[in-house]
Amino acid sequence: MSEQTHFVEIRHAQKSFGSLEVLKDISLNVERGQIVGIIGSSGSGKSTLLRAINDLDPLTGGEIWLDGVQVNKTLPHRQYEKHINEMRQQVGMVFQHFNLFPHMTARENVTMAPKLLKGLSQADADKLAEEQLDKVGMLERIDYYPSQLSGGQKQRVAIARALAMKPKLMLFDEATSALDPELVEEVNMVMKKLAEEHMTMIIVTHEMDFAASVCDRVLFMDKGVVVEEGPPSVLFKNPTQDRTREFLRKHIEGAS
Amino acid sequence: MDIDLMLKVYPFFLEAAWVTILLSVLTAILGLICGTLGAAARLSRFAVLRFLGAAYVSLFRGTPALIQLFILYFGGPQIGIQLDAFEAGVIGLGINAGAYMTETIRGAIIAIDKGQREAARTLGLSSWQATYKVILPQAARLMVRPLGVNLNMLIKATALVAAIAVVELTYTAQRYIGSTYKPFEMFLLAGVLYMIIIYVVGRGVAWLDRKVQIT
Ligand SMILES: Nc1ncnc2c1ncn2[C@@H]1O[C@H](COP(=O)(O)OP(=O)(O)OP(=O)(O)O)[C@@H](O)[C@H]1O
Ligand SMILES: [Mg+2]
Repeated sequence: MSEQTHFVEIRHAQKSFGSLEVLKDISLNVERGQIVGIIGSSGSGKSTLLRAINDLDPLTGGEIWLDGVQVNKTLPHRQYEKHINEMRQQVGMVFQHFNLFPHMTARENVTMAPKLLKGLSQADADKLAEEQLDKVGMLERIDYYPSQLSGGQKQRVAIARALAMKPKLMLFDEATSALDPELVEEVNMVMKKLAEEHMTMIIVTHEMDFAASVCDRVLFMDKGVVVEEGPPSVLFKNPTQDRTREFLRKHIEGAS
Repeated sequence: MDIDLMLKVYPFFLEAAWVTILLSVLTAILGLICGTLGAAARLSRFAVLRFLGAAYVSLFRGTPALIQLFILYFGGPQIGIQLDAFEAGVIGLGINAGAYMTETIRGAIIAIDKGQREAARTLGLSSWQATYKVILPQAARLMVRPLGVNLNMLIKATALVAAIAVVELTYTAQRYIGSTYKPFEMFLLAGVLYMIIIYVVGRGVAWLDRKVQIT
């Protein structure tokens, strides 16, 4: 096995659900500080690929490496659980439907994992919650329950929750798809801020404008393969593949 | 209706009502223990445990509680299980209630959106940490009402132990009928006392349910 040389390295990722092959030999490298966008039509395997990176949907073939460590290595169950929990602490994930813990306030959502896994004191945890919620503009709502927040506010708390673990890598799976149009921007702003801080991010999105404005590189996926990839200026303006062109034509109405 | 007779015997019924209450409390505790273990087995990642949990549920929900009690109390001594009537009542009804509670507890746990566990696991929580920090606190809130229904059924099911001569409400009513020949008054008295117990428990469950809801 050759040494891993990129920050995130996906090698020949293959994933089947039963007889359905969802990822077909996908390889992808992401460097530290890079922002990679993944676009593609529904069912093309974007979420599956993203979820493979922290092993929520384990691959059926291929390797995932993060910062010199193989994520999906073969270990006995107990050792593997310990290993994967350590890996996941380094990878933040943001879901389409927020998945905030409804029985916890924003503060508790943010502090629960750091307290439990890193042994933070209540005082340190409170400081951390204030810091992270301030960053996403939610400090005023620190003691609100998720049910008392709008969708955009929930998603910002969810981002703060992920950031509180001080991840090396952030994964976003259609973070704004479930939001009312007028709430999308406040979440995009937070993600842009992270981009300015050079957070390494992999962003699954269907917002082409947003992808074009923050991503260093965009991948177009279709039927489990990466059809085409490149800087947004190239991929959106001069796609080389018919499938990419067709997809973009459908998804950028009015534009270009 | 012989009100005088009812007033005369009701202290004895009250005493019997305490036996019914004690029986209900002990049965509920044992039921909760069996239900928790049963649900844990049914949701286990080991197939053997899942099978045992499912077998427990279908066995005890698929046969009359009275037959289960008779097997335990009358059949028990044949296989070396010697229990007095009260013990047999608690154990028999508790294991039976546990089968129903297994499904209640399991139902509440699987009703929690799977994104909750995923979110917890992505933060780096172990499976068990995700269960007790994220899943159980939410599932517990969902369980209160249906466990209240189980409790209601279980209190009424304690009447069955009259058949193995535990001196609780139903048995007491039957005994006084033997001496007074007034079944209407005696069963009415027992019925009213059951109703009071169930009403109070029902209010308690409703109060708890309100109290645990998330703001
Ligand atoms: N747990 C699963 N079991 C079986 N099939 C699955 C599972 N998860 C995903 N799939 C299938 O895998 C394929 C890819 O799904 P995936 O969610 O990765 O697509 P996607 O590109 O994220 O789509 P969308 O834009 O709708 O989110 C789909 O055909 C989907 O039905
Ligand atoms: Mg998806």
